[in-house]
Amino acid sequence: MKFAVLVFPGSNCDVDMYHAIKDELGEEVEYVWHTATSLDGFDGALVPGGFSYGDYLRCGAMANQSNIMKALKEFAAAGKPVLGVCNGFQILTEAGLLPGALLRNKNLKFMCRPVTLTVENNNTLFTNEYAAGEQINIPIAHGEGNYYCDDETLATLQANKQIVFTYDNNPNGSLENIAGIINEQGNVLGMMPHPERAANEIVGGADGLKLFKSIVKQWREQHVNN
Amino acid sequence: MKKVKVYVTLKESILDPQGSAVKGSLEKIGYGEVADVRIGKFLEVTIADTDRDIDTIVKEMCEKMLANTVIENYRYEIEEA
Repeated sequence: MKFAVLVFPGSNCDVDMYHAIKDELGEEVEYVWHTATSLDGFDGALVPGGFSYGDYLRCGAMANQSNIMKALKEFAAAGKPVLGVCNGFQILTEAGLLPGALLRNKNLKFMCRPVTLTVENNNTLFTNEYAAGEQINIPIAHGEGNYYCDDETLATLQANKQIVFTYDNNPNGSLENIAGIINEQGNVLGMMPHPERAANEIVGGADGLKLFKSIVKQWREQHVNN
Repeated sequence: MKKVKVYVTLKESILDPQGSAVKGSLEKIGYGEVADVRIGKFLEVTIADTDRDIDTIVKEMCEKMLANTVIENYRYEIEEA
């Protein structure tokens, strides 16, 4: 399976993401600069964290205007897996690939620490390696991760089981403790915690690696003849 | 040339922790009568002479990028520059 790690000016988790795929997961991966216009040849797209365009105007607002975003929207529409982490999640909401928005943390603080998440839906292409209700430790590192959507959108998210991860101790004021959501089609996941920073026990945990393994497992079932 | 003043504000339903912090500080320095503070953005966009309809392009700019209408409202004023 071949992954693309999108890179914007100001991305800073791109190298961690690349490392997690190449060295921990053992799959193919390439960086794709924001000026590129195609994602042809890739099987999965990863939108990493950081501060694209310095978070000017709003987090993710300007990255959303990049050339690569048109290709990413087509890629998502074709049903291929797209994962946005942290700033990547913010970019996906700005792009309308996921509903809602990420607001300033309720306590106005930038928080960087491991948190406990509950896997609310393990029946997705990103979470099939987790048990239902499994508790996992994944670090957060954000100042604007307070998920918001209107009541109608929340009802839809709940009805379709689109809330994939929740915080056990809500760090940022997120609606319904939401840490990660998936789109209705089930192929675009956005989350504030960083699974790529939890891909090996030597850095404090490997709970994030299962997320990437899930993507590969699903892809192999669809694309490899046994 | 036109000068467009764009005001982007958080929707009423959205909590504004920054505004609440400023309200707290104002109270602390003796302005107990402050009932609420909401923080938004003010942008001045200068637009060169164009054949395109200025209202249309300013609305487009706001919808596409300057405001996120999931959480924000916008309004604007157009002045001669």
